[in-house]
Amino acid sequence: MDKTINQKAWFLVLPVFLVVAFSAILPLMTVVNYSMQDTFGNNQFFWNGVGWFKELLDPSTDLGERFLASLGRNLFFSAVILAIEVPLGIVVALSMPREGWRVAACLVIMALPLLIPWNVVGTIWQIFGRPDIGLMGYVLNSIGLNYNYVSNEFDAWATVIVMDVWHWTSLVALLCYAGLKSIPDAYYQAAQIDGASRWAVFTAIQLPKMNRVLLIAVLLRFMDSFMIYTEPFVVTGGGPGNSTTFVSIELVKIALGQFDLGKAAALSLVYNLIIIIVCWVFYTVMTNAGAERRPVDTGAK
Amino acid sequence: MARIDLVDLAHSYSGNAADPESFALKPISMTWRQGGAYALLGPSGCGKTTLLNLISGIVTPSRGKILFDGVDITPLSTQKRNIAQVFQFPVIYDTMTVGQNLAFPLKNRGVPKPEIDARVAEIARLLDLTPHLGRKATRLTADAKQKISLGRGLVRSDVAAVLFDEPLTVIDPELKWQLRSKLKALHRALDLTMIYVTHDQTEALTFADTVVVMHDGRVVQSGTPAELFDKPAHTFVGYFIGSPGMNIVPAVVRGREALIDGHTIALNRNYDGLPAGARIEIGVRPEFVDVAQPVPGLLSANIERIDDLGRIRFARVRIGDAKFAARVPPGFSVPDNVAGLVFDPSHVHVYADSRLIEGSA
Repeated sequence: MDKTINQKAWFLVLPVFLVVAFSAILPLMTVVNYSMQDTFGNNQFFWNGVGWFKELLDPSTDLGERFLASLGRNLFFSAVILAIEVPLGIVVALSMPREGWRVAACLVIMALPLLIPWNVVGTIWQIFGRPDIGLMGYVLNSIGLNYNYVSNEFDAWATVIVMDVWHWTSLVALLCYAGLKSIPDAYYQAAQIDGASRWAVFTAIQLPKMNRVLLIAVLLRFMDSFMIYTEPFVVTGGGPGNSTTFVSIELVKIALGQFDLGKAAALSLVYNLIIIIVCWVFYTVMTNAGAERRPVDTGAK
Repeated sequence: MARIDLVDLAHSYSGNAADPESFALKPISMTWRQGGAYALLGPSGCGKTTLLNLISGIVTPSRGKILFDGVDITPLSTQKRNIAQVFQFPVIYDTMTVGQNLAFPLKNRGVPKPEIDARVAEIARLLDLTPHLGRKATRLTADAKQKISLGRGLVRSDVAAVLFDEPLTVIDPELKWQLRSKLKALHRALDLTMIYVTHDQTEALTFADTVVVMHDGRVVQSGTPAELFDKPAHTFVGYFIGSPGMNIVPAVVRGREALIDGHTIALNRNYDGLPAGARIEIGVRPEFVDVAQPVPGLLSANIERIDDLGRIRFARVRIGDAKFAARVPPGFSVPDNVAGLVFDPSHVHVYADSRLIEGSA
């Protein structure tokens, strides 16, 4: 069959192209433009080439030190978040009811934290943790724990982590729950007949069947925690000192606090690049995991 | 290795024990001997899977007892019942190899390693899975996966029975034959009691020594394939087994004669004393009614079409309002509209309210 050539199809792509151009490509190019220049205000710009990028990756400069330190905090934060939220989410999903009115009740309760805006979550925990009037802060201090997230680094980190766990574990749990629900009853019945223990059912059936949703959960939680801004900013403001200053907070400080547009542009491009690379790695891993599942002809026919 | 007795066994999913008519499985009592090959045959929703799940313990009966070798096992859990079951769709443990899948039921029961290896090797050999033993089970085709499921059912040598719940549904037709004869061979080789649920009469009749036909939660007949064919105890069995199914037509039966559509045909036995007020029908398989030229003295029927099955031809006819199928004798040229029907009296059965009436000599 001959292909009909119809160039009119380009007109159908055009609106999308324009929207993407104005919403993504042009702003991004502006940032690229800024990242190559320096300014001292008055809308005067000076060419700086790749200077900002060099500084960014060199820990001996102020910019590089701040960037690499906050990047390290970000990675540590994401690692801790994943290490807590993924196992906890699985446990929660496993203990959720399978049928009856309790399912709906559980789902609603689980979904509630997900519906609260980030800055509200931050405010809730900021007040909740205050030693003078906050319920948690007050209780912890009155039982003899010297808890103060404003002055103690460990307390600040603990607060930010517990807050994130509170906010996002239900996402992991709901995803896992969906994965668990999709396992046909026959698997559990077969496991019963095969005499499998509870642990064997988990490792041989539930965990492998949750594989795909777990990858999605890890991806989502990594991306979100790596880009975290609002909640720690509201609770700790990046402090005490710089101890909870993540890359996004540092970026806002440089761009809006110091109005160093060139530095901020370079930083945001590198930040963006890291996220895209991580996304690509996850995507590749996930599609490969899917490809492995495809049946191979055994030659049985 | 056990004889299985079902004693007044019944089940209702709604838990409402008051109305036995609403039961998914109405009370049944029967005995299955050790080493037999049984098929539970019936249409969807007839209770056959319920009965199977009751035996394996996935479902707890509302009423009655199940005995293995005379021991009541009704309260025992599935794990303790010593039963194996193969499901409709293949169940594969994704992370394991084929060999680990087969070994799983034995490993869970703490069987020593050398014994597991020997048994897995034997089952893999019987199912032609030996070349795949080291492979990941997820990467196989549906029929290979179902073979693994079958293998896991057969791997334990001490089971009271192996239950199959329509295990060949997902298998290609050509492979179905192979697997079915394989199962039959396995049954002979392993001396296990096998209970096979299916809605496919060919599957049931080729696999089983005894076929249990179920309808609407009840066992309507249990017998050898020949018995089911020659003497259906219930009009449902006649209709369900055989292709085309048995002809069932309303009739008035008096003594040794049946009156169909104003015409009398002879019966082999005497049917005086039929229950009063019952719905009387006669049933005869198409194989025992021949189409003939329409001559006076024969029951006449309107021909609708001829089904040529190659080896045999069946005429689809109408007697009054009732549909009827009859054999076309080889070489017989069928008249266009109206034909006469010749009945073989020894295969004409009489049913009162759908149940077979024996009659007297």
